[in-house]
Amino acid sequence: MTTDSEALERTRTGAVAGLRVTAVDKVFDTRRGRVEALRGVDLSIGRGEFVAVLGRSGCGKTTLLRILGGLLAPTRGTVEAGGRSIRRPDGTRDDRVLSDVGMVFQDPNLFPWYTVADNVALPLKLRGVGRLERRKRAEELCERFGLRGFAAAYPRELSGGMRQRAALARAVSCDPSVLLMDEPFGALDAVTRDRMDLELQELHDAAGATTVFVTHSIPEAVLLADRVVLLTARPGRVRSIVEVPLARPRSIEVETTAEFGNAVRTLRRLLDEDGPR
Amino acid sequence: MVGSAVLIALLLGTWQFAVSVLEVSSFILPAPAAVGRSLVDVVTSPGTWMHVRVTLVEVVGGFAVALAAGIATGVVLGRVPWLERATRPALVAFQVVPKVAFVPVLVIWFGFGPTSKIVMAAILAFLPIALNVLLGVRSVDKGHRDVMRGLGAGRWATFRDLELPTTLPYVFTGAEVAIVFAVIGAVVGEYLGGNAGLGFVVVRSLNALDAPRLFAVIVLLTLIGVVLHAAVATARCLAVPWHDGVVVGRR
Repeated sequence: MTTDSEALERTRTGAVAGLRVTAVDKVFDTRRGRVEALRGVDLSIGRGEFVAVLGRSGCGKTTLLRILGGLLAPTRGTVEAGGRSIRRPDGTRDDRVLSDVGMVFQDPNLFPWYTVADNVALPLKLRGVGRLERRKRAEELCERFGLRGFAAAYPRELSGGMRQRAALARAVSCDPSVLLMDEPFGALDAVTRDRMDLELQELHDAAGATTVFVTHSIPEAVLLADRVVLLTARPGRVRSIVEVPLARPRSIEVETTAEFGNAVRTLRRLLDEDGPR
Repeated sequence: MVGSAVLIALLLGTWQFAVSVLEVSSFILPAPAAVGRSLVDVVTSPGTWMHVRVTLVEVVGGFAVALAAGIATGVVLGRVPWLERATRPALVAFQVVPKVAFVPVLVIWFGFGPTSKIVMAAILAFLPIALNVLLGVRSVDKGHRDVMRGLGAGRWATFRDLELPTTLPYVFTGAEVAIVFAVIGAVVGEYLGGNAGLGFVVVRSLNALDAPRLFAVIVLLTLIGVVLHAAVATARCLAVPWHDGVVVGRR
């Protein structure tokens, strides 16, 4: 289950697919005093691995993900991709180390001034891909993510599920080697959520991006992940790491198997031991 | 549309009623027909259009100055919080002071020509633009910013794809108010000094005790205001077609 530095090698795009978190603390100075969000988090994520981060509300899952994506600087500790820190000495993200990362947030965060196609192709635009090529790629992505016929629509014309699909399409539009997802399907209804989970699995199996998926749903974590990282309540620490011994590809029926049930039970027990809140 | 027509007809009817039945003095309230005749007279006389042109130049000139200054001020204050805090008392003072009281001062500084009117129009139109742009610059969504940062977007791309589109609807909201204020500024400026513009025609009609003409020029000024406002609203529809306010307005 440990992934050493050999796994953290460079991908075809010159960027890095594996991540290593070492002794990361994060303290927020708020108006009501200091809040310790993360304490001493160590984590290695291998190239192409699907890791779910599980924990209760407010345990620092989102903070950890934002640190991984370089949106937040850790108070102490380092995040490395391929043995190099993702931050420059001045604290900003070093895009030479970590640039091809796709992020999906709780909210779709689509830009209301762009059509679905322009939203989806935004990462390509930032990379200087020409207009015609962008349009072509956006059409393909819309097709693939069930948004056929909506390329020219504005986000407000989409349903919640379709917006999150568009956000996912945007995140993978430039074929990132790292995909960071923060409870992306939390606001969706159960059926839509199951379908999105399966689509995400398909996407991961095909593209093989290193994926970190934050969730508070135990079944969702077990369904999707190779390993489930359990965080304790605040301050968030790695409580334990549980491997999911289920073969891929997994269908939704896997939820009725004994292995699935065992994994869910184990995780639930570990979460309960963390104490009532 | 039908509702508006009925309302206007009702208004004109009441007006005519007041004049012919209640026998309100025709100097205080001239009959609609008399105002209509005067309006035709005003519109067909070639001298009027010189005055219209003068007023239009003042309004559009003042509005343009206010637009440039307002956007610049709003962006700077929106970006530099300490400067915004430092200038807040001055902004509040500028907001509450009766700005048309400055017209005599502007006449002293800029003379009786169009410049003093352009400055007056600009002063009135400045605040709605500056305050809206300030709000717009502050309104960049945190989640949207995360998206851009997650993608490693640079300064220019962040401006082009995020900050500018976020702020643009606020610019137009301010501009729609500002164009109306600019008309007020120019006309009040013309009341108090100079010998050209529709405001001057109003004063001249007053001095000639020509009430129908006075009302006719006011109608003409209203029409000009409506056209200018419609021009800004149209520009908004073209520039930010995605914006909710525009969509609601169209439905």
